[in-house]
Amino acid sequence: MEALKNTQAIIDVRELHTRYGAAVVHQNVSLTVRRGEIFALVGGSGCGKSTLLRAIIMLVRPVSGSIKVFGQEIIGLSDEDALPLRRRYGVMFERGALFSSLTVAENVGMVLREHTQLSPRLIDEAAALKIALAGLPADAGAKYPSELSGGMRKRAALARALALDPELLFLDEPTAGLDPLSASGIDELVQNLRDALGLTIMMVTHDLDLLWHVADRVAVLDGGHILGVGSMIELSQSEHPLIREYFYGPRGRAAREQPWKKK
Amino acid sequence: MTTQQIAQLLIEGNPASPTPAFSVRCTGPWTVQGIGPLEQQLETQIWPAATDLIIDASDISALDTTGAWLLHRTVRALEQLGKNIRIDGLRPEFSILLNLIATRTAHAKYLPPPKAGVLDRIGRRAWNRMGYLFNMLAFAGEAAVVLLRSLMRPHRLRWRPILHNLQTSGVEAMPITGLLSFLMGVVIAYQGADQLQRFGANIFIVDLVGLAMLRELSPLLTAIIIAGRSGSAYAAQIGTMKITEEIDALRTVGVGPHELLVLPKMLALIIALPLLTVFADVAGIFGGMVMASSRLDVSFDVFLNRLGDAVSLSSFLVGIVKAPVFAAIIALTGCYQGFQVSDSTDSVGRQTTVSVVQSIFVVILADALFSIVFNWLNL
Repeated sequence: MEALKNTQAIIDVRELHTRYGAAVVHQNVSLTVRRGEIFALVGGSGCGKSTLLRAIIMLVRPVSGSIKVFGQEIIGLSDEDALPLRRRYGVMFERGALFSSLTVAENVGMVLREHTQLSPRLIDEAAALKIALAGLPADAGAKYPSELSGGMRKRAALARALALDPELLFLDEPTAGLDPLSASGIDELVQNLRDALGLTIMMVTHDLDLLWHVADRVAVLDGGHILGVGSMIELSQSEHPLIREYFYGPRGRAAREQPWKKK
Repeated sequence: MTTQQIAQLLIEGNPASPTPAFSVRCTGPWTVQGIGPLEQQLETQIWPAATDLIIDASDISALDTTGAWLLHRTVRALEQLGKNIRIDGLRPEFSILLNLIATRTAHAKYLPPPKAGVLDRIGRRAWNRMGYLFNMLAFAGEAAVVLLRSLMRPHRLRWRPILHNLQTSGVEAMPITGLLSFLMGVVIAYQGADQLQRFGANIFIVDLVGLAMLRELSPLLTAIIIAGRSGSAYAAQIGTMKITEEIDALRTVGVGPHELLVLPKMLALIIALPLLTVFADVAGIFGGMVMASSRLDVSFDVFLNRLGDAVSLSSFLVGIVKAPVFAAIIALTGCYQGFQVSDSTDSVGRQTTVSVVQSIFVVILADALFSIVFNWLNL
């Protein structure tokens, strides 16, 4: 059972091609994300990480190829057919994308109100629970996004992404723009969530600490191609010059030496 | 694996009997999608009278945080009634989740902010309105000061944004202003034609159209179009810039938002609105002319000959003089409302609406004041 679980592909991308107008973003990208793993996409700015994520969450339509999520082909899916799938997704956007006219608790509760038949009382309680799970103090629920600091806004966005108890969580740059303390808080949070809720997590990040600490497998993207996929240890032994550059730059080395103290 | 779609809590046996002849069984998916009916059932659930309860959770097929919260909440409520609760048969991964929920909820209390009383709210509103008035005056004052300072050093004026605004608020508004004014001329002539014909006073159509358009209608019509077209755009642009912190960025690089955003808009509109008004005059009179020649047999020649006698220069100027004032009102109201945007996207929409409503209101008010003053001056 356990072995079967671990090999089950939650996301299966095959020979994906995407384009923005004339600019080719992806060429022949294939990758697999397995159940229960924390999968990270890395690469230089503009290499198409976020576009790949957006293609999987059905915001960008690829030119050709196939993307299967929970075994279902999502390319060409109508909005109506996509709805049951979208309920199993949680997405945390890079800049939070919280609804600025709602409080944090309303932001979280809105999703529940929209998609479940729970009573208002239980929705409020569930929203408070998600806010606590995301590591925010209880009084943050009554605040508006504009009253929160950057780190708290990320956590609030995470609370909203968790609202429907998704099986699959997408994080776009979860630690970007955070101070090191908040960032390591997010590291821990991501790992706790996976362990406690059995989530599958796919994230886009530049944060090498986050990669070393929590990512099970990492795919390196460059110029629309995947250069390599594997655990950080495997990738750090790769011979590919671009991968070496990525992980053995001055920042890469510092981040690599840390985890051995921690783990 | 069950194919059960909803979560259930079953009490089997006679709940009223104190002896342990019953069992509490939880089954199905205790997930956010599955617990809707269960939650309603639990509200009115009659629990066994016994003090020791064992909940058999071995048939729970799925558990998520919301389901775990419901279970935790139920258990806690029962414990507060003085019962001892034991949960049996919960899968290990579900126990971990339940424990996590239990530890996290210690500080997961959502307190909605206290609602203010009626008097409190009325007082606050009145106070806020007063604040608006003062803020608006302060804003107009600041704009005036910046304007004077800039006019003393004209080389420091930002001509580029002024020209850009002339293009977008002036030149690009010409088709719609011309069309509506033309139609207005047509309508006035059409309405007047019947009455004038009855008295054989066909030629007075020139007086009617000329005076109505030049003195009153085309300045007002142009101002209202521009308030809807440009005033709203100013409010939305400045409001969005405020949300994206661009206004703050301007301040930090030492550029006053008034100088860069308000002044060019105001100056451009003060130049553009009189010109647009003249254009509207022409289009409106042309509309009247077309109607006069088709309905009243007043040819273009005759119409134009009469126009010089019917409409004095002062009538034309009375209309044009109002335009710069309307322009200043529209630009200031639009920009002011833009700066009033708070941090939510909702307020961009709100302030944009307010800017249009307020500027049209103030423009009509100012028009009425002008009428009184001109009447007084015998113009």
